[in-house]
Amino acid sequence: MRDRSGIEYLGVSRVQGPLVFVQGVRSVGFREMAEVVAPDGRTRLGRVLAVSEDTAVVEVFEGTAGLSASRSKVRFLGQPFLYALTSEEVLGRVFDGLGRPIDGGSPPMAGEARDVNGLPVNPVARVYPQDFIQTGISAIDGMNALVRGQKLPIFSGSGLPQAQLAAQIVRQARLLQGEERFAIVFAAIGIKHEEAQFFRKDFEESGSLKNVAMFLNLADDPSIERLITPRIALTTAEQLAFVEDMHVLVILTDMTNYCEALREVATSKGEVPSRKGYPGYLYSDLASIYERAGRIATAKGSITQIPILTMPDDDITHPIPDLTGYITEGQIVLDRGLFQKGITPPINVLPSLSRLMSDGIGPGRTREDHQNLASQLYALYANAKRVETLASIIGEEELTAHDRLFLRFSQQFERRFISQDSCENRTVFETLDLGWELAMIFPAKDLSRVRPEQISQYGLKKGPMKNGKTSPISQQE
Amino acid sequence: MEPKESRPETAVVTAINGPVVKVREASGLSMNELVVIGDRKLLGEVVELYQNGATIQVYEDTTGLEPGTLVHGQGLPLFVELGPGIIGRIFDGTQRPLSASFQESGAFVTPGRTVEALDRNKTWAFSPRLEAGANVFPGQVIGEVKELDHINHRILVPPDSRGSLLWIAPEDVYTVADRIALIEDPQGEQHELSLYHRWPVRRLRPCRERIMPSEPLFTGQRVVDFFFPLAKGGTAAIPGGFGTGKTITQQQLSKWADADIIVYIGCGERGNEMAGVLGDFPRLLDPRSGRPLIERTVLIANTSDMPVAAREASIYTGITIAEYYRDMGYHVAVMADSTSRWAEALREISGRLEEMPAEEGFPAYLASRLAQFYERAGAVITLGGERGSVSVIGAVSPPGGDFSEPVTQHTRRFVSTFWALDKEMASARYFPAINYLNSYSGYVGALASWWKEKAEPDWTAMRDQALQLLKEDARLQNIVKLIGEDALPDDQKATYLGARLIKEDFLQQSAYDPIDTYSQPEKQVLMLRLILRFIERMREAVRHRIPIYRIMDLPVLEEFHRMKTAFKGDDPAPFRAIEKRLEEEFEGLLRREVQPARKED
Ligand SMILES: Nc1ncnc2c1ncn2[C@@H]1O[C@H](COP(=O)(O)OP(=O)(O)OP(=O)(O)O)[C@@H](O)[C@H]1O
Ligand SMILES: [Mg+2]
Repeated sequence: MRDRSGIEYLGVSRVQGPLVFVQGVRSVGFREMAEVVAPDGRTRLGRVLAVSEDTAVVEVFEGTAGLSASRSKVRFLGQPFLYALTSEEVLGRVFDGLGRPIDGGSPPMAGEARDVNGLPVNPVARVYPQDFIQTGISAIDGMNALVRGQKLPIFSGSGLPQAQLAAQIVRQARLLQGEERFAIVFAAIGIKHEEAQFFRKDFEESGSLKNVAMFLNLADDPSIERLITPRIALTTAEQLAFVEDMHVLVILTDMTNYCEALREVATSKGEVPSRKGYPGYLYSDLASIYERAGRIATAKGSITQIPILTMPDDDITHPIPDLTGYITEGQIVLDRGLFQKGITPPINVLPSLSRLMSDGIGPGRTREDHQNLASQLYALYANAKRVETLASIIGEEELTAHDRLFLRFSQQFERRFISQDSCENRTVFETLDLGWELAMIFPAKDLSRVRPEQISQYGLKKGPMKNGKTSPISQQE
Repeated sequence: MEPKESRPETAVVTAINGPVVKVREASGLSMNELVVIGDRKLLGEVVELYQNGATIQVYEDTTGLEPGTLVHGQGLPLFVELGPGIIGRIFDGTQRPLSASFQESGAFVTPGRTVEALDRNKTWAFSPRLEAGANVFPGQVIGEVKELDHINHRILVPPDSRGSLLWIAPEDVYTVADRIALIEDPQGEQHELSLYHRWPVRRLRPCRERIMPSEPLFTGQRVVDFFFPLAKGGTAAIPGGFGTGKTITQQQLSKWADADIIVYIGCGERGNEMAGVLGDFPRLLDPRSGRPLIERTVLIANTSDMPVAAREASIYTGITIAEYYRDMGYHVAVMADSTSRWAEALREISGRLEEMPAEEGFPAYLASRLAQFYERAGAVITLGGERGSVSVIGAVSPPGGDFSEPVTQHTRRFVSTFWALDKEMASARYFPAINYLNSYSGYVGALASWWKEKAEPDWTAMRDQALQLLKEDARLQNIVKLIGEDALPDDQKATYLGARLIKEDFLQQSAYDPIDTYSQPEKQVLMLRLILRFIERMREAVRHRIPIYRIMDLPVLEEFHRMKTAFKGDDPAPFRAIEKRLEEEFEGLLRREVQPARKED
């Protein structure tokens, strides 16, 4: 950090999209912060995107509208975007997309100031996440279990209930044993007021608001600011988790808006685009956000990330979900077809995945049969989907009796296992028992992914949970 | 190879654009020269030279770097340090030792280099193998160090030195930097040797002769070993969309492949995956040596949050280390996960250099770089006259899972084995999701003679028969999709059922099952032989008009489902017992069901 207070450049040589070009600069560092003062005297924050001996290119977070080339002033701050905070200063509070309070309180400043871009985590320091988090949602706990320190995004489509699902996870998530200090960091990235409001109300009603730090960049806020919002949120999470030993759940919504802001800057800079106009470094850029999750050996806390993104046109191969899936530890995919059938949460388990599941479940963690049962249900459901297609071609009557079992299974699996009320909180054991009940629609010899002993122990057992008590919906059967 | 002792050349930074930095007054720099930038000692490499100026790709985060900063040329290209103390360690893309870095600067990696790749304080017991006065040539063993209990680290005359040995250190302990030998070259110049030497990562290490790969690299994965095998010294690509199993497959290979040394390069992938390997490998035992797997493994990690230019370097760092152990006469297998991230790093740098892009923004030299990388694989006679090999297995992550993109397409041209991962199989949790219809291996012919002589003479026949059945089945599946299974005649249903046995009870293999995770070759043969025998008997029964559902109800099938997870395969007895049951049940079936038909026989 150098003291260059006083050096102020009057006039910029060019304004292009969100960028301003300042000429005649001296000793300006790459990525350092700048203040751009508009003719009206108001200051906007920006950041150096590229610099040469003569020119600095500054991206202005609050946009360039109203800037004049000759009468704007630029000051370089000699340091990257720093953010300092402690849990006391941020929990229960609301900030804008650049981390400035919008609840009338004072700005946080007490903790150690850190570059919001973060630093790469030394893989040696990482502690492999394996504490199962029960979300109370069968499609997740049973089939795609979440563990503490995982990054597990929700892939949604416009109009699908991703907010409800995320809110339900936040409300119900807990460990099977033990309770520790937890916090929620919520970053709104270009979402609508009402969606942000929905989350806020939900936090309030569940009594967790005092544990939440909210960073809001809403749909009508400056788009370039979105490049910073998730980074402020993660800097906050790192303070809470790695300095103050808290277990932090971070919700980032909607990452699609983030990627669009990134594309806007890249286009203005005249960079060669790769797929669909997004810059070639979209993967690395997203990774610099998503990799800021996990646990490290030097702290007791953890960061669990649930980024939410909208798949443009419901297309999972679009670069945004595609690159996200290549970075995160799985994905929960929402499906319009299921939603239209009235299945909520409309989680399509087939393209969904939790890569950390196998280490988080099993004997001593959930139950010994969990892995095999999940794999069995996957096999049955995947085949059931094939049979459904066949039935739509040749007609249900033409199916073999055996194939008809698959139709029955598919229906019940969707209506009873996947579908559940937004306030229904199932234990993982209820989920597994329900899974067994559905698997037992088939004769034992069809269940090749579970062991015969497991079938007799869990599949054939008669217990109180089998009478439909697990789910209000199951009574409709 | 020695660094310039004279004053390093300096240049001055003029512009910074991410990892790409322009400098002026660069006449003293040469192409690909390693440079150190500023007081923070950021590492970079010269990638472009023009009149008085140069472009540098920087291996570290350039935040805060200013024009005017001094750049110091190092007089040699980007290199790795090769010597004892590599096995069992984890390094970043430019060989920064990550454990030491963790001790020194904590959980996060800060830019700038402070620790050497090889520990300068650790001592090693050295035993000389030559005496002063000997004439030495490149690749010759001058002494040995026990790097680990079972890894004999041969100290070789570096590929670029020869002459007469003036002096050699006596048996004792030395650090890697201590002088252990003195050589006088034919020009009369003297060169000191220590336990380590430097080698530029982009330069192939020489060998005496390349030979045809002809010995299998056993992986313990049935679909690989039986259907699409890899040879020691061969190349393979494993392309697939996200979540289809590239990483797990490569980790399985790292665990169970019968190589002497594994170099695992995490190139632009997840930090937790490296942490997973670091956690698992010290606990898991190598089935051959009985030693922890970590003791034959080298990890190179450039995780996706680490600087992108170092990602480009990480692949070379890994393969150079592999060649070094090959030169000692070891069989080394390199896993690169994922080569697509490496290609994207090339693209990003190329874009910032404002080079003319070819397909999808990739530079025109993408194909030649890929070719160069895979060409560093091979089975060789080393300079010292030993047999060694480097096998390369590269993961490819095609955007949208679409194999028509440039990286997959070019890779295909340069590798001999192709394990195509299939999204649909993965989503049904059918693993390994290697699609047996569009995967292939170019080593089947070469390995057939190995199998014939050394293991199972019927390997080729069994393989052909099983693959044939799967192909027929795929054709039937298309019909079933339209008319349903019921409409098939019984002999086709038999094909269908037979293929299912191969798919579910042989090919499908769980990485997470303690027994199934590794299947020794004997077990693979026993399993497939049983299944093929079942199919044979089934066809016979069908010819005798026994309804297929009777066959599907045979209780022995339950044994088939269980065999992969129940038996290790070191004892053939349980498999014989299943076979006996199989024969009895079919006999019973034939007796009960087809008395009249039997008479015709
Ligand atoms: N052989 C296997 N046995 C059991 N499960 C497997 C196997 N292979 C893959 N899986 C499952 O598939 C998941 C994804 O596999 P993996 O992480 O290897 O995918 P990937 O192709 O490397 O994806 P990405 O490109 O995103 O890194 C694993 O978490 C695991 O659940
Ligand atoms: Mg992977």
